[in-house]
Amino acid sequence: MLTLVGLSHRGTPIAVRERAFVPLPQAAELARELAADGEAVCLSTCNRTELYLVGEDAERRGHAALARLSGLSDEELGSVVYRLTGEGAALHLFRVAAGLDSMVPGEGEILGQVRAAFEAGVTGAVLDRLFRQALHAGKKVRAETAIAESPASVSSAGAALAQQVFGRLDGCRVLLIGAGHVAELCARSLAARGARIVFVANRARERADGLAARFDGEGIDLEEVPSRLGGVDVVVSSTGSPGWLLRRAQVEAALGERKGRPLFLIDLAVPRDLDPAIHELDSCYLYDIDDLEAVVAESLAGRRREAARAEAIVAEEAERFREWQASREVVPAIASLRARAEEIRTAELARARGRLGLSESQHAAVESMTAQIVNKLLHLPTVRLKEAAAGANGGTYAEAVRHLFGLGEEE
Amino acid sequence: MVELLFWPALVAYGEAALAYAGDARRPGGAGRLATWGVRLGWLLQTGLLVVQAARADGFPWGTWAGSLNLFVWLVVSVYLVWGCRSRFRLLGLAVMPLAAALLVLARVGGGTGDAGRSHYSTAFLVLHVGLVSFAFAAFTLSAGLSALYLWQERRLKGRRAGGLLGRAPSLVTLESIAGRTIAVALPALTIGIVAGLVRVSDQGTAFDALMVVTLVTWLVYAAYVVLRFEVGWRGRRVAYLALAGFALVIVARLGLQLSHFS
Repeated sequence: MLTLVGLSHRGTPIAVRERAFVPLPQAAELARELAADGEAVCLSTCNRTELYLVGEDAERRGHAALARLSGLSDEELGSVVYRLTGEGAALHLFRVAAGLDSMVPGEGEILGQVRAAFEAGVTGAVLDRLFRQALHAGKKVRAETAIAESPASVSSAGAALAQQVFGRLDGCRVLLIGAGHVAELCARSLAARGARIVFVANRARERADGLAARFDGEGIDLEEVPSRLGGVDVVVSSTGSPGWLLRRAQVEAALGERKGRPLFLIDLAVPRDLDPAIHELDSCYLYDIDDLEAVVAESLAGRRREAARAEAIVAEEAERFREWQASREVVPAIASLRARAEEIRTAELARARGRLGLSESQHAAVESMTAQIVNKLLHLPTVRLKEAAAGANGGTYAEAVRHLFGLGEEE
Repeated sequence: MVELLFWPALVAYGEAALAYAGDARRPGGAGRLATWGVRLGWLLQTGLLVVQAARADGFPWGTWAGSLNLFVWLVVSVYLVWGCRSRFRLLGLAVMPLAAALLVLARVGGGTGDAGRSHYSTAFLVLHVGLVSFAFAAFTLSAGLSALYLWQERRLKGRRAGGLLGRAPSLVTLESIAGRTIAVALPALTIGIVAGLVRVSDQGTAFDALMVVTLVTWLVYAAYVVLRFEVGWRGRRVAYLALAGFALVIVARLGLQLSHFS
């Protein structure tokens, strides 16, 4: 029986999640330890630690492992841990892989984390099928819905807006004003889309040089910023300056050199670094932190709308997994039934041949006739069993067949 | 045979127009249906033009309605060059209803059936009507791209870009494709006009209003090419210029051609 024992950001505080977090190499060790004679995968991210187990006593072993990792007592753990089995566990993993259980719906990182956990796990028929199908469901949701298309953070919103102006950012030149963490995050987002961070300006020059070196750019003084505007496409500003660092007149003076090329400016500072009147200039687009947060809010609302479509896809995949599991219960019963019938037929045929003294041709005719009788008799029960496997009663039917025909009793 | 191709082509274009509207409301499957509608409709209309050409004695689209039929096919052909990409679906929302409506107009005018014998030479009609129609089709598409540019630019200026992300081509892409389309179409228009002027000169016929408007259209697009590629104009100014040129294309294409080939 497939069993899931886990804790996640839904109900478990970060202090506990931190303790329960298992880095990938240790997750592989834990999976080997928990698998014993069965199967085990440990999926651990900053938002969740989940153990997927197949085998004897899986729930107790999973619970004990989580208690050991989190340092919580049984009672404390009982209030935050969730346990799911069979179809419920499968549906949960499919939702996780699709990003539907993430803090930001549709976030893309989780799919890679599910794949890594799968590859580090000890898998057999059930978990192999389960995780492959989860990865398929995750990809399908991202391909068939727009859940992952829009930006989910201020820095990615800035980069996405720059793409809406310039298209591919390959070759786009970026000027960073400020060398703090926020500027770096936005720079990384832009660089990940192909932009080049060519200048970093900062009051403390050594910090500018340090950050510029990480992006293979050039550190400059704040006073040099206006003179560099002609040669860049995107400006990102996030300093702690109390007043404007760049005024409309300074940008306007650089427009002649730009020959109509658009200039996209992102002001992440509070108070703002860039004169809002810059936005009024032709081909200049200035977005401040409030504008970017509005874009993120709209995009998250869009993601939630898409989540309904994603849920339908995930439910379909869960149903396919349920059918597969049910067929696993029925197929051995069908095989046993046919083997038993064949065994009886060949035994009776051998006895009759000795008694009746049949010639070769007569024996062949009787052989063919008995095979046809067995096939015809078993055809309908086989079809009905397969139909039952597609429904909810596959296991019950399989058990009934085993009982009625005494399959496996002679062992 | 002509009927068997015309109606399915019209239905496919209509389906594409409706599906593009559906895709604008909720992106996804409707957009793919729209793309297939455009492809299928274009194939069927291509078949229609082939049948018309096979049956005709000479160039079959020399009449006002016939050239409109050819114009619709050229518009859809130029759109298909890049229109199947998902980011250009908003452009399809403008192009396909126009294509469907003009195809109906071409049919009402008798331009989708068998063509009569024209007293103009086939070579002249191919050179003049064919090239001018191609240029006008390209200008139509560049006007659509420029309109999309202005709409998107307004949204970016209005800081209402959230719903836009990933759904429309970037400003730079729109401007670049519109510019290149006009740069390719202008030589075709030039040759088409020269062919017409040579004939006017040979026959000694007088200038009519369509000729004047076409020459002014040429001047506007020539100015576009010079200002965009030589002077370095970008952004809204060139987009408005492309739309001004398109206004003249509408006048020339729909308002004045009725009497031109009579």
